[in-house]
Amino acid sequence: MIQLTVIAGFILAASVPLLHRWFGERTSLMLAFYPALLAIWLFEQMPAVLAQGNLLFEWQWVPSLGISLAFMLDGLALLFGLLISVIGVFVLIYAGGYLRNHTDLPRFHIALIAFMVSMFGLVLADDLLTLFIFWELTSITSYLLIGFNHDDLEARKSARQGLFVTVAGGLALMAGLVLLGVASGHWSLSEIRADDTDLREHALYTPLLICLLIGAFTKSAQFPFHFWLPNAMAAPTPVSAYLHSATMVKAGIYLLARLHPELGGTTLWVTVLSVVGGLTMFTGAFLAIRFTNVKKLLAYSTVMALGALTMLLGIGTPAAMVAFVAFLMAHSLYKGSLFMVAGALDHSTGTKDVTAMGGLRSLMPVTSVIAFFAALSLAGVPPLLGFIGKELMFEAALGANAFQLLLVLLAFASAILTIAVAAIIALRPFYGPRLITPRVPHEAPLSMLLGPGILASLSLLLGIFPSVASELTAATVTSLTGQSSDAYLSLWHGFNLALLMSIISLALGFLVFKRWDHLRPRLALVAPLMRYGPEAGYEALMENIARFSVWQTKVLQNGYMRNYILVMLLTLIGLLVNSILVRHSPLISFSLDVRFYEVMVVGALAMGALFATLTRSRLGAVVSVGIMGLSIALTFIFFSAPDLGITQLLVETLTVMLLVLVLFRLPRFTSFSTTLERVRDGLIAGTTGALICLLILTAWSIDQFAPISGYMIENSAPLAYGRNIVNVILVDYRALDTLGEMFVLALAAIGVIAMLKFDHKSSQGPQAERKEPYDG
Amino acid sequence: MVKSGTVILNTAARFLMPLQLLFSVFLLLRGHDEPGGGFIAGLVAAGAFTLYMFAFGVSATRGVLRMIDPRDLIGVGLLLGMVSIVPAWFVGEAFMTAQWWTIPVVDFKASTPLIFDVGVYLAVLGAVTGMVMSLMEVDKDEP
Repeated sequence: MIQLTVIAGFILAASVPLLHRWFGERTSLMLAFYPALLAIWLFEQMPAVLAQGNLLFEWQWVPSLGISLAFMLDGLALLFGLLISVIGVFVLIYAGGYLRNHTDLPRFHIALIAFMVSMFGLVLADDLLTLFIFWELTSITSYLLIGFNHDDLEARKSARQGLFVTVAGGLALMAGLVLLGVASGHWSLSEIRADDTDLREHALYTPLLICLLIGAFTKSAQFPFHFWLPNAMAAPTPVSAYLHSATMVKAGIYLLARLHPELGGTTLWVTVLSVVGGLTMFTGAFLAIRFTNVKKLLAYSTVMALGALTMLLGIGTPAAMVAFVAFLMAHSLYKGSLFMVAGALDHSTGTKDVTAMGGLRSLMPVTSVIAFFAALSLAGVPPLLGFIGKELMFEAALGANAFQLLLVLLAFASAILTIAVAAIIALRPFYGPRLITPRVPHEAPLSMLLGPGILASLSLLLGIFPSVASELTAATVTSLTGQSSDAYLSLWHGFNLALLMSIISLALGFLVFKRWDHLRPRLALVAPLMRYGPEAGYEALMENIARFSVWQTKVLQNGYMRNYILVMLLTLIGLLVNSILVRHSPLISFSLDVRFYEVMVVGALAMGALFATLTRSRLGAVVSVGIMGLSIALTFIFFSAPDLGITQLLVETLTVMLLVLVLFRLPRFTSFSTTLERVRDGLIAGTTGALICLLILTAWSIDQFAPISGYMIENSAPLAYGRNIVNVILVDYRALDTLGEMFVLALAAIGVIAMLKFDHKSSQGPQAERKEPYDG
Repeated sequence: MVKSGTVILNTAARFLMPLQLLFSVFLLLRGHDEPGGGFIAGLVAAGAFTLYMFAFGVSATRGVLRMIDPRDLIGVGLLLGMVSIVPAWFVGEAFMTAQWWTIPVVDFKASTPLIFDVGVYLAVLGAVTGMVMSLMEVDKDEP
């Protein structure tokens, strides 16, 4: 039962503190067994996936709503699942070394495992809503991980930024998924795939695609939402290596790839994805070389890679799909490895600035070799996997049906800059003169070499023997195109234009690396332009939201009860006028057939209301409000609703008791308002009353829906074994509503109690108001 | 503040409270068929404690409640509400479907709606009593 295994992951995350108590420092290793188990399971399923195309694992969850916890395993899910679980193993081992002796290591493990499970669920989810839930879970766990060092202002700010951007996108994604469900009539990916109707022809196609694209672009840091990813580097390095290069940021790419067979290929899809992807690719590569911080360099080069993947999906030709798979694998392997190398450098030298490091080759020989090979893959040098990815990308761009010239130029320019980035990371810290660093450099421990070492070797092995991954490639391309494919990877593509571009870009990239120190001051000249960039837009938006809420709180919620009531009633009047007088004409038809006692009760009610407003005695007002309450209770009883009557009576009694308690604490009865204000308030109150009366009369005469009471009366005894329908509704028919109300009641009570206790404390000491520093 | 200790109120409260509590349990148990139910019963029980508080003050009422803090009752009530949802799972029915069992010896109809109703009862009782109690405690500290 894979579902249980995935859910067990959340339980594992919750039990991390216990594990830490038992296993201490070895916990990281223990936890690494979990992703290892998932990876083994995936390898076991591989033959079945290759044979059948896709496997379904279904588990009914809310059958009445048609929601099931269903997992679908096809080539694409398999590829992503393997990346998540295999890299997850190494990241956990690595984190154990990197965060050794960190007091908050358990907290880190909780969030990381929870993220791993969510990400795994996301790529396996078959149900659209399950997919959405896992999607949001990755956003939340990512927030916790970016803000792991929560005493650091920058980390908090970056975590919030990442959360806002991805969750805002998540909102759009939800709308998109709902539209997708409505348009296709299915709520599971496998059913959507099995259905033959063409969604591209559907009237909702454009809105649903736009919503889905916003969700995917925010998550995968596409231009103009790319700014949150480099800022997310405030996270500890294992997090950057895992979430912000290999897995989470690829969730958006995953979604696009998943929906490509159903939604791809239209003009809108091709235009938006190729252009946005191409732009993101170039922006990432261009912005990368401005930085000397090794993590920022890698982050921007990740933005570049994400852009390239989006672009390939946009191009959409079979060649582009093969390129997508090769590039995805290559990128996850070398980028995960390089991030871990960056962490090792930071760990042993105490700085992240590559210009402050030098000559480390003799001190950190193993790290330097790993960095060298991983960077070769990043640069796309044969015989590494990165070379295959880059070659195929060039070929795909050359074979694009639209925007061919633009995409080729962007890909070429990005490749040059990426090669420079690779050279900076692999050569700068390790060669040249020895520089003094904050810490005395030493070779990283085994736990921090194992992961990057294995990932880099995989890059090399898969580059030399690409046939190993051929079956996986074919299966993934099959799920990307929707038709069975026998695609394979090979190192040598013959002498062609793509190879020529590769060679020229290598030469030019190395030139950029050589001139890097001279280029940087010139690149700094574009910095003022950043003031108009998307990040500045984000900052301005946040600032204005804060300003707006300050303003609206001052105006609408200024702490005076009378003001709140005024605002609420005015809103109500607006809504009622709109619906009764503008949208529907008032329909009044009733017969005056009243009993004597009914008139009496109504009279008492009116008298009570009148007296309550006019009296100058507070006790008198309380009593007359009480009279009104009792009259209402009487009305309920007349119209044979004993339960309501009793409830009203009891609530009235308790209200009077509470009022009596509060009464003694109130200041003397004084008049706050001028005559004019009283007239205004009277008018508003009168209008509201009249409109509500009109509403009830209108509602009484319109029978829009068949009343549900008949069903309840008939079925309460045979189905729910109860003759008291009110109670049956409360505890059986509508038990979920009641449960919700119980929580509301509990919250209200806790609020009242807390407020009273707080007030009671602050009245005794001068430290009444503790100001929370706001770091926004 | 209301000065506690008038003879009539004290005597009445002493006798009325157990009766009211008993009545509230009666309302709670018969609620499914006759007027009553958890909400009403909870209000009646809260009324009983409020009356007692008016007569003897907060600390005496806390003494009657012994170890039980009204705030805990809220939590227990919510827990029972949640717990009553679960049994349907075990018989393979949809979430929240009511389950009925007959306890053989006393011939009593036990059910998840009853558990749920007891949850409502405790939550209402805890919420109202807790609010009144803290209101009166604030009052007590006033000079």
